[in-house]
Order: sequence, then C-alpha cells, then structure tokens
Amino acid sequence: MASETAQGSFWMPPEASTFAGDVDALFDFIYWLNVFFFVAITGAIVYFAIKYRRKSDDQLATSQVGHNTLIEAAWTFIPLLIVIAIFVWGFRVYLDQSVAPDGAYEVKVTAQAYAWSYTYPDGRVEQELVVPEDTPVKLVMASKDLLHSFFVPDFRVKSDVIPGRYTTVWFEAKDPGEHIVFCTEYCGSGHSAMMSKVVVKTVPEFEEWLKSSGPPDGMSLADWGAQLYTGAGCAACHSVDGSQRVGPSWKGVFGSERKMAEGPAVKADENYLRESILQPLNKVVAGYPPSMPSYQGQLSDAKIDALIEYMKTLK
Amino acid sequence: MATTETLDHAQEVSYLGAKKGIMSWLVTIDHKRIGVMYLASVLATFALGGILALLVRAELWAPNLVAGDELFSADIYNRLFTLHGLVMVFLFIIPSVPAAFGNFVLPLMIGAKDVAFPRLNLASYYVYVIGTVMALYATIAGGVDTGWTFYTPYSASVSGPVVMMVMAAFVLGFSSIFTGLNFIVTIHKMRAPGMTWQRLPLFLWAIYATSIIQVMATPVLGITLCLLAMERAMGIGIFDPALGGDPVLFQHFFWFYSHPAVYIMILPGMGIMSELVTVHARKTIFGYRAIALSSIAIAVISFLVWGHHMFVSGQSVYAGMIFSFLTFLVAIPSAIKVLNWVATLYGGSIQLNAPMLWAMSFLILFTIGGLTGIFLGTLATDVHLHDTYFVVAHFHYVMVGGTVVAFFGALHHWWPKMFGRMYNEFWANVSAVLFFIGFNVTFFPQFIMGSQGMPRRYYNYLEEFEIFHKISTSGTWLIGLSFIIMVVYLVRSLTSGEKASANPWGAKSLEWATQSPPIEHNFHEIPTVTEGPYDFPKAGGK
Repeated sequence: MASETAQGSFWMPPEASTFAGDVDALFDFIYWLNVFFFVAITGAIVYFAIKYRRKSDDQLATSQVGHNTLIEAAWTFIPLLIVIAIFVWGFRVYLDQSVAPDGAYEVKVTAQAYAWSYTYPDGRVEQELVVPEDTPVKLVMASKDLLHSFFVPDFRVKSDVIPGRYTTVWFEAKDPGEHIVFCTEYCGSGHSAMMSKVVVKTVPEFEEWLKSSGPPDGMSLADWGAQLYTGAGCAACHSVDGSQRVGPSWKGVFGSERKMAEGPAVKADENYLRESILQPLNKVVAGYPPSMPSYQGQLSDAKIDALIEYMKTLK
Repeated sequence: MATTETLDHAQEVSYLGAKKGIMSWLVTIDHKRIGVMYLASVLATFALGGILALLVRAELWAPNLVAGDELFSADIYNRLFTLHGLVMVFLFIIPSVPAAFGNFVLPLMIGAKDVAFPRLNLASYYVYVIGTVMALYATIAGGVDTGWTFYTPYSASVSGPVVMMVMAAFVLGFSSIFTGLNFIVTIHKMRAPGMTWQRLPLFLWAIYATSIIQVMATPVLGITLCLLAMERAMGIGIFDPALGGDPVLFQHFFWFYSHPAVYIMILPGMGIMSELVTVHARKTIFGYRAIALSSIAIAVISFLVWGHHMFVSGQSVYAGMIFSFLTFLVAIPSAIKVLNWVATLYGGSIQLNAPMLWAMSFLILFTIGGLTGIFLGTLATDVHLHDTYFVVAHFHYVMVGGTVVAFFGALHHWWPKMFGRMYNEFWANVSAVLFFIGFNVTFFPQFIMGSQGMPRRYYNYLEEFEIFHKISTSGTWLIGLSFIIMVVYLVRSLTSGEKASANPWGAKSLEWATQSPPIEHNFHEIPTVTEGPYDFPKAGGK
C-alpha cells in the first residue's frame, strides 16, 4: 500500500495527497487530547481505588460532598470550548476535502458489484485509476447497482457511490506510486474483493500512457488478461484453481462443453466467452445464480481478447 | 433509609416460592418474575450473539490466500456478522437492562407493589418471544446477509428471508414500546409517599429517559421496516432508484431511530453506574442534579444527530456541518456523567468487589469509547475513518465496554436481591478482570488497523492487517473464558451459594429495604421515604 516516497506512521497510512497532512495534523491533535484525558481519568480512578480502598468492613467514606458548582461548571464549559474548536478545525479541512479546485482533471468512476472502472475524457475505460502527479483530479462517481464506497486510505478520501445520483471526491497526488482502493460500503459476497488501484505517474508519463492502447509494454496478451482478472473484478466471483465461488471457475473452461440452466449445452469458445462477459444472462451455466452484471462499455475489445487469451492458459 | 420494618420479620416465602409449577411462571404478572424471565432470555441471546462473534473472529484469524484457507464461505461469513449484529442489538442490548433489571428493581426502588400495567408487562415479554422466534426462523430459513442496518438497495434486492427478519425487528419494537410506556406511567404515578423526583435513584432517571426515547423513536423504525417490506414484497418504489425511490432516504429513516437507539442502549448502563459507584464506595453521588438532567438532555439531543452516520453518504456539506456540531453537543452530557462518577469515588470507602470492578471497567472502557468518538464526530477525520475497523472498535467500546459491562455489573449487584444467594467473590473478580483484559486485546488493535485503512464487514483482507486480526481474535478467547467462569460460579451460587441478607452491600435505596429475595408483594406496607437514595454516613458523624 505504501508509496515509494512516503512512510506511514503507527496510526496512519502514508500521506500521499496534498490534504492528507492537514487531516493527520487534526488527527494527531485529537489523539494527544485523548491521551491526556484518558491518563487523567484513568489515573484518578486508580489513585482513588488505592487511596480509598476499604480496609475494614465498617469503614465509612471520609467525604460526602454532593456537588461543587465551580468544578462542575469547569468540566462542562472547558470540554465544550475544546470540542467547538475541534468542530471548526474539522469543518475547515473538510471544506478543502469536499470542494475540488476549478479546472481539475475529471475522471468518471463507475462502481458495480464487484468492480471499479474509470472512464477518461477521451472515452477510454480502465480498471486502474491512472492519474498525473501534482494535478488536482476530480472523480465523478455513480453506481450501476448497489451502494458502494470509494476509499483511498493514502489520500484520506472516501465517498459513497450511489445508484441514480453522482457523488464526487477530489485529490492531488504528491508523488508517483501506487495506492489501494477499497470498497467501504458493504455490498454482498464480493465486497472484500472489490479493490482497485490508483497509479500515480509523472505528467509526461501520464500523457504518454493516455495515447497508448493494448497491453502495457513487454506484456503478453495472456499476462495482461491475468492482470485484468483481478483488476476488472472477475476474481471476486470466479476462481482460476477450480475452487467454488459465486460463478464457475475459469480452470479448464476454454473449449469445454457447458451445461446450461436452460436450452442445449454450449461449447465455451471465444464467441461464447465474449457473450458471457457482455450479456452474461443470455446463457447461464446450470447450477449458478443469474447474478453477473454486464461488462458492456466497461471493457474494451482488446481487454476482452486478453481475458479470453488468459482463460486459454488455465488448463 | 426509609424503613427497616421488614427486616425484623423472620424470612418469609419469597416471590420465587410463592407459587409453584411452570404455569405459575408463564402466566405470572409479577414484575419480578417477568424480570427474571427476561434475564434468562437475554442471557441466552447474549450467549448466541457471543458464539456468532467467536465464529466471525475465527474466520478472520488469517487472510484467505489460496483455495481451502477459508473456514467459511463469504456468504456464510456475511450471514454470521449480520446475525451477530441483529442478535446483539435487537435481542440482547435493547431489552437487556430495562426489561430484565428495570422490571425487577423499578417498582422496588420506588416502593410500589408492581408496575402500572402488569398484564401489558407480561404481553411485552411474549411479544419479545414472538419476535425472537421470528428472527430465529429467518435464520434457519437461510439467514440474511444485509448487515444489521438493512441498507437499501442491497436489502431490497438480495434473496433470502429479509422480510421475515425485518418483521421480527418490527415486532420486537412493540415489546420495547410496551415496556417504555409501562415504566413512564409507573414512575409518574406509583412512587411511594416521600419519593420525590429529587429522591429518585439515578438508575430510574436513566430508565425514564430511555423509556421516552423508546416510545418516541421506535415507531419510526417500525415504519421504515414496513416500507422496506412493502418495497420487497409489492415493488412499491420508495428506496429503489430504478422505481423512482431514493436509496439514501432509507439511511435517514434508519438512523433517525437507530441513533436515539444508541442511547436506548447506553442510558440504562449509565443509570446502573450511578448505583454501583455510590453503593460500593458508601458515598453520596457527586452531582445528582447534573447526572439526572444530563440523561434528559441526551434523550432530547439524541434525536438531532442521526446525520453523523452519513458524512460520506452524499449528503450536503452544510448538513454535515450541522450534524457534526450537534454531535459534539450530545457528547458533553456523557462526559459530565463520567467525571461525576470518578469524582464520586473521591473520599469513598471503595470495596474492590465484582460490581465495583465492573464499574471501573465501564469508566475506563467507556472513556476510550467516548474519546475516540471525537475523531468520528469531526468531519475531516471521519471521512478517513468512516466504515473502517476504527468505527467497529469505537462502538464496541461504547456498547460492550459501556452497556454490556454495566449489565454484568448490575447482574452482580442485584444478584443477591434477585435470588437470595451470594456468589463466589474470588471467581467473580477473576472473571471481571479477565473480561477487561480480553476486551482490550480484542478491540484495541481494531483502532489501529482501522485508521490504517482496514474496512469493516470484510470477509477477506490484505496480509499487512494479519497481525492486528490475530491479536484481536485471540482476545475473544479470553472473553469467552471469562464468561465460562461466570456461568460456573453463578450456577453454583444458585444451588449452594451462601444465603444473602436483605442488604448485603449496605445500600440506601428501597429495593434493599425488603428481604432477599423479596416477598411476592414487595413490601408489607408501602414505605414512607424520608431520605435520598445516596445519603450515606460520613466517618466521624455527619
């Protein structure tokens, strides 16, 4: 999870966005306030427990003081002032987190069970969020099915992603590197596998990347397919070692005879596999729920080719 | 003390022996017997919820790296954590203190013979049983994996007996309302002569505030769950965007009940604290008026803070601002109470027995729970921490470290009164200390992994979080051991414990003015109250 340039602390992951440091400064302030009050309160309890411990059965209390207006006023108004200060501080940082600067680079984020995809201004769709460093990036997010939540711990950003409504987050990444994306709104069996990556590149690298298509340099089509298998969320429901998940395993699937829930058996060739990715409910394998979402518009033709190439290697 | 008249009588037939046979329990309208039936029921549901927690933590012992690593499938795991939440919230915590101890001691504490509506009281128990059976049926019929929060659109679209489970929660709500209504009327109308509001034990102020929330907030949950059931069963579009509904609306409705419900869960625990720290330190409460009024303040403000569950749900920046501010306001009355209890210990005669050890555990754990809440009420830090294990740790420190610890403090405090026997003091202390250690081992690492980014409700996780999960899971075994010890010494107490006197702790409130266990009608004659519940003597005279 750590980027190459920044280390996390005991409590917090690395600070990889411009406002991560502001969030952490407030976190640290509250933390030390907590430590102070905890030590004071626990210290008082332990001290009283030792000093006023009952040593004989008939020992009575040495004080019966029922209240003290000065003390009570102090511990009402001093904490009140402290929390109001924290509230104001928290709101100011939150405003920075919430309002993207004008002219931020915009990427559309689509969530569906159980994958993230990122649509760029030129229409290309990716399974990893590639962004330039030192540039404000604004994500406009929507869900195709359930509630999801987009969380990048290293950036200190999080927002629910909702069907039928847009939500946004923004960040400015400080250095090149990779950062994990979690789904943090419970969405069923594949929730904990619904992860993705933010890849921060230098501005020239990013612009070069924007022009490229097909597999990354030096990578075979099948290897790219293996990368997409986790990147596009296939792994949440399909294993590659024959073990049982929500959908059929990919092990040995290519070229095999598939029994359908309805209709005649089908041979799993390129055309069937492509159809199953784009219109998964047309032909559902017997014994599995008709629950796979369509990847129409989520995966380019080149990527579908790569996935099928990868399946061919899983004998 | 109001009256010691009853103490002079020879031991008489108690409520336990007044009538014989199973039917005398099942149709009883004696608040004490209903309290005992509730106590047995909530202890059973607590055991069930606890076993579910052990299973959840067992699965999380190690990440699943290759096929065959897993103890359960993702679908089973999701059902386990959902049921753990549902059982602990709806079947255990909400009824625990009010229905078990409230029922037993409330009429005794105000010097009454029973609650205002004894038959409604019995009805509330059977409504609770029906709701519990419905929830268990839904569990056997496939279980639900929606999380205890039933968020739409997942809960509206997933297969399984969601409607049955939702209806179980709906029915349980009525049990809660009946109990609340009964207590409000009883406290208003049935106090003994001289039992003024300023002499009301603080446990009852807390129960009174709780009852107000129960009566006012629970219907909102009922309506919300009905709307969800209608959407699932009839396709009426309220929350589903495909039908023109709004999925976030459900969260508003749900938390409009469930945030006040947090105070339904914690206020009775706070009430217990006021009894434990006074009686077992022979000390008058510090700041009676502040504690009583803060209960009412919490009850009122708790209705205005639900939006702090939704800072990252897409609500507006300004809604977030207002809810954050109000959240800090509701924190103050809770902080005042903690400081008052600590101050109460000053100059006391502190007996380090089981009730006091549980009380001190509460003070320490609830303080951690409350202080860590500041991170979550603060907008900027909540964005990072929301829906991570930090939140899981926080609410377990409040709900378990607060309410559950207070519940077991109350169990040890009122046990001699309820059953007329003492328990083994040594093992009771061992159990309390073991729980305190086990609890911290379980939940403290969750703060760290949460702020490091570990999301909650995850079946599987990245290897870097493994060490925290391992420590956390091992803590649950210590907690389990502490409860096994407790079961053993409490069962032994019932069968062969030393007989308890009417007032083994030297307490001042009225439930200790009748014999242990109490006679069927509580008091021979209605006592007259002349002193406050915490008027303990001072060394060397007044």
